[in-house]
Amino acid sequence: MAIGAFSHGPTGTAVSAESQKKSRVAWFLLLPGIVYLLLFFLTPLFSLVLTSFKTAPPAAFIGEYVYAFRWENYVEVLGMYGEHSLRSFTYAAIATLIALAIGYPLAYFIGVRLRPYPLWQSLALVLVIAPFFISFLLRTVAWKQLLADQGWIVGTMKAFAILPPDAHITGTSISVIFGLAYNFIPFMTLPLYTSIERLDLRLIEASNDLYANSLTTFRKVTVPLTLPGIVSGTLLTFIPAAGDYVNASANFLGSTQTSMIGNVIESNFLVLQNYPHAASMSLLLMGAILILVSAYVFKSGTDDLL
Amino acid sequence: MKFGKLLLPLYGILALIYLMVPIAYTIMFSFNDSKRTNIIWNGFTFNNWLNVCDAQGVCQAFANSIIIATVSTVVATVLGTAIAIALVRYKFKGRAATTLLLFLPMATPEVVLGAGLAAQFLNAGMPKGMLTVILAHVMFCISFVVVTVRARVAGLDPKLEEAGRDLYANPSQVWWKVTFPLLLPGIVAGALLAFALSFDDFIITNFNRGPVDTLPSFIYTAASRGIPAEANVLASAVFILAIAGVVTAQVGGAIRRKRLGIVA
Repeated sequence: MAIGAFSHGPTGTAVSAESQKKSRVAWFLLLPGIVYLLLFFLTPLFSLVLTSFKTAPPAAFIGEYVYAFRWENYVEVLGMYGEHSLRSFTYAAIATLIALAIGYPLAYFIGVRLRPYPLWQSLALVLVIAPFFISFLLRTVAWKQLLADQGWIVGTMKAFAILPPDAHITGTSISVIFGLAYNFIPFMTLPLYTSIERLDLRLIEASNDLYANSLTTFRKVTVPLTLPGIVSGTLLTFIPAAGDYVNASANFLGSTQTSMIGNVIESNFLVLQNYPHAASMSLLLMGAILILVSAYVFKSGTDDLL
Repeated sequence: MKFGKLLLPLYGILALIYLMVPIAYTIMFSFNDSKRTNIIWNGFTFNNWLNVCDAQGVCQAFANSIIIATVSTVVATVLGTAIAIALVRYKFKGRAATTLLLFLPMATPEVVLGAGLAAQFLNAGMPKGMLTVILAHVMFCISFVVVTVRARVAGLDPKLEEAGRDLYANPSQVWWKVTFPLLLPGIVAGALLAFALSFDDFIITNFNRGPVDTLPSFIYTAASRGIPAEANVLASAVFILAIAGVVTAQVGGAIRRKRLGIVA
């Protein structure tokens, strides 16, 4: 502070000395966390870029790569894993829509209908976040066993001829999408609730008074007012769903026919030790998501996500 | 109209039940008298709860998860709270870049974060283990702490701190006697979120754990040969404790508000 005050000389105004001091305190508070994120978030992304261009030297051991500029890695993964990429984005998009269809009415029920009963409202919210407190993997295994061929859900559906007798649910695209939707419903519902809870019900009354039917009111009043919640909820569901590899793995709800990008990255990195392919696939996934997210955020016109 | 009014509560309650189904299943199967695999119901027993460490490796994995989550939470909460205060209270150059740097880890899929860190540790020749997992967890927890604490800082009236200064409190007294107690609910919420995220993380952990098992990685590995009921016991115990804590806090808060005559 003293140095800041002197550097301005005796004519330096009190205001600028004050703001100098403030910005020094700000940087003292910011620096440790920012340096941490630079070291363990940003630098790893550069490590991925470097790794994605690596090449195997002649007669290399498995997992041995040297720095190079082998851009063919990208072409190779696009050729090999195009199908997995398409599958990831399709599954994630459908799961997000299902989670929205379940999460929006749920958030509306808690945020508007339970508004006169604060205790019930907070208890219902506890139930929404309850899945966070029990292992994500065990919940997914629970669904695998509940939806198994010999389980009562599939049994009942077959008895009522909703499913043909030789049908399976686990190991199919349907069970993977179901699992993704289930696992990310809390991520969808919480931001929706935050928006809906603030919804001024007099605006809905006003719309009804002006002879709008409930559908028009919903479309023209409720949805625009709760759009920030819809945007952050769908993003918080879509992004982790597109990169997930637990639901689609064969030991959980998927099979080898349902592999997503996450499974490709995992097996290339941890099993095959093909680090350049894992890295280029990761960067392609991140690039695709950043483009989709920016386009989506730009189109919906809400930029205050943080 | 009457039916229409009932439809939404019905849908909401069904959705809540749907969310609870696999939780109930997991808790129920912690009481299953299972032999090797915990798939078919064999009858009720307390044995898994009484001899929870019998399944090989499960208690070690649980202890690792607790250590990792505790250390990561403390570090991420301190770093994140400092950032949250700076973001709300101070003007500084590079605010937009800082906000972006905080937002990006939340917008990046976990596989990318995990693979990136693993590539960095590999390029640097750093062996994977407990330390690399903690370094990874602190990284993804910081942003969530910032978001949670920031809301609380924004709602804090600067006049209260001014009053403290007017009463001749020095800066450290103002922080410990005024600011910190008022921010505490936000800091606690951020820390709890960080703990929950770290404790249940699998994807990033799996890329950086090396030979170290956490409870989620233990479950993932066990999934191919059958998950022991003891894993259900540990997960259920954590769940019951957490829910009991949250519900007590909510009900306690509601009672206090009622007594003080505040209509929330």
